[in-house]
Amino acid sequence: MYIDLIVVVILLILGYGFGRHAERRHYQSIIRREKEMQGMLTFSTKMPPQDLRISNARLVGGNVVISVDYFKRFVSGLRGLIGGRMKTYETLLDRARREAILRMKAEAQELGAGMIFNVKMETASISKGAKDAIGSVEVYAYGTAITLASR
Amino acid sequence: MILSNLESVPYRTVSKQLGLVQGSTVRAKHIGKDILAGFKNVFGGELKAYTELLQEARKEAVGRMVQQAEAIGANAILNIRFSTSSVTQGAAELFAYGTAVVLEDR
Repeated sequence: MYIDLIVVVILLILGYGFGRHAERRHYQSIIRREKEMQGMLTFSTKMPPQDLRISNARLVGGNVVISVDYFKRFVSGLRGLIGGRMKTYETLLDRARREAILRMKAEAQELGAGMIFNVKMETASISKGAKDAIGSVEVYAYGTAITLASR
Repeated sequence: MILSNLESVPYRTVSKQLGLVQGSTVRAKHIGKDILAGFKNVFGGELKAYTELLQEARKEAVGRMVQQAEAIGANAILNIRFSTSSVTQGAAELFAYGTAVVLEDR
């Protein structure tokens, strides 16, 4: 009986330590890569302006699956009792979206494209309805990468 | 085959509309990978095995859509959309659809 409690406490400590470390490192990497990718413009408008001279248009996309740690899941479980803002899941989704967009931009850069139009995002939870629900989300970002013609 | 989620390709004109094409695939999780993902759940972070799984599955869905478009003689698919649904526990359906068209150089 006590063993169960001890296991939960150990998992909480592990989750807190590693989870915080992983999140901080991930945010650092996201911010660094976002600066590198600043030149790649992304728009959610449906069509590029008519006066652009375009030589190529191709579909690009990036996806990522991220999960929360044990500690955060525990805390949000408590939060679920009182209601209110679930900050632990907010950062999870924020990280996932930004990461997916970065991967989409990276693919566009490999193609030599300069900008991405009609960016759409999709969120899916892969383990919805599972009993020991995994707090993980998948985010997929996609759009059309456009290469400008050199005049 | 030109794939795009724009309504038309700016530097070319649509000469023929061929209608909706679609491709889908249902993928289940691998049990071994699931156990690894369980560990990752304690520490948090990216579940790389799932990321790859879904990426591959999407590629397959797009591949099937392209096959369908080729069969009816299209050379491009426009206005592509992706959609995900969970049919049963532990499996995901990935679905891609768009409009098959024939494009011509201006």
